[in-house]
Amino acid sequence: MVDFSGWHLPIHYGSQLQEHTTVRNSVGMFDVSHMTVLEIQGRDSEAFLRFVLANDIGLLKESGKAMYSAMLNEAGGIIDDVIVYANRPDFLMVVNCSRRATDMAWLAQCVTGFSCQIRERTDLSIIALQGPQALTVFQATGSQEQTQRVAGLKPFQGGYAGDWYLARTGYTGEQGLEIILPHQAAVGLWGQLSDNKVAAIGLGARDTLRLEAGMNLWGNDMDESISPFEANMARTVVMDDHQFVGSAALLAQTEKGVDRQLIGIIMQGKGVLRAQYPVHQGTKVVGKITSGAFSPTLQRGIALARIRSCTGPLSVAIRGKQVPVDRVRLPFARNGRPVYSIMPSAS
Amino acid sequence: MAEVRSNLNYAASHEWVELKDGIATVGISDYAQEALGDVVFVELPEMDQQFQAGDEIAVIESVKAASDIYAPVAGIVVAVNEVLEAEPEAVNSAPYEAGWIFKLSLSEPEAEQNLLTAEQYAALCESQDH
Repeated sequence: MVDFSGWHLPIHYGSQLQEHTTVRNSVGMFDVSHMTVLEIQGRDSEAFLRFVLANDIGLLKESGKAMYSAMLNEAGGIIDDVIVYANRPDFLMVVNCSRRATDMAWLAQCVTGFSCQIRERTDLSIIALQGPQALTVFQATGSQEQTQRVAGLKPFQGGYAGDWYLARTGYTGEQGLEIILPHQAAVGLWGQLSDNKVAAIGLGARDTLRLEAGMNLWGNDMDESISPFEANMARTVVMDDHQFVGSAALLAQTEKGVDRQLIGIIMQGKGVLRAQYPVHQGTKVVGKITSGAFSPTLQRGIALARIRSCTGPLSVAIRGKQVPVDRVRLPFARNGRPVYSIMPSAS
Repeated sequence: MAEVRSNLNYAASHEWVELKDGIATVGISDYAQEALGDVVFVELPEMDQQFQAGDEIAVIESVKAASDIYAPVAGIVVAVNEVLEAEPEAVNSAPYEAGWIFKLSLSEPEAEQNLLTAEQYAALCESQDH
């Protein structure tokens, strides 16, 4: 067990490797109730979220869609990354628990002049059910109203069934659900899934699953000094007809050019890549690993690394030895399989 | 409760040692493998290299961290467990058998004197749990 921003969370419930493989091959459940759920209500909810987020919530025309976004400071640095669920006219926004206090203060500061309320839903838990069998298992567990709701959802869509919010989202690269529900119901659902032989998955496998899926972790791969362009998040930034906190800084970066980028790397030989290991191009240090692990799916060391733009083969210093690595197009794995492709180093 | 085998000697850094005919077979204890979590890679020492007691001799990479393995006695590497290159998980599943890591030909005949007995090692593990 570890102290995770004040929450007592298990790294694993037995074997981290087994938990990882279970999610890739069948299904696992995650208690992610530590994450902070915010409800944004009121006339200006959409205008406010368009203002504080770099992705454009206005593009979620209908209710029942989810959007991933960075929340930036004026300098374009990433305060946090969030998921917004449109439930028009209201929105749910899930933020990192490690950023809760900072986010709440920042949102309270930015909301001035907007007619909307930000309410923290401390009455809600979140259970993530992830893996190729996640939907089948849920459909065998949920009530008729819940299963009908889930049957109508496409990936990245969500909706209410009673007071449960059911969404086809996740942090693993597998299909599955994130279920936002009252605490008491969460305890019941956890027990029911457990009775149906669904394995509980700890923080350790959660981290290797998201890394294989090429997803960032705040504090590792991004922070307040890093812009979305330096964190492989350009796709989540919408600048057209969209002015938001940090957009002026991002525009200036676009004009000047961005020198640092977040890339995927994989070891050619055996071993494990870990955060903070320096990345070299020839004899020069060009950056460092921001997240690294042994990939159970690929059976190799994999990592995200932030490096200065450069050409030529890369290597990582492991205990003083230079170990060759390949650049890869992310993600490393999706839906149970390796999907990465190695990029030519000469380009 | 982690298993401590009574027929073995131990180092305070959690390696076990089996001394037989001037050869020391070395692995990590059940207590150590449990603390490390799933082992995914073992960097074995090179054959014929000489080590002093306490030298870093191998590295075990688990899902959690990279951990140095120390030579519990002085000696020359005469065997390494190459099975671990394909099956590093043997360190978890059978730490005292298939999970052995290397063998040293002893430089000092009195090596045993500097090692812990099973009883002493069990007491050490218990004290580290509190």
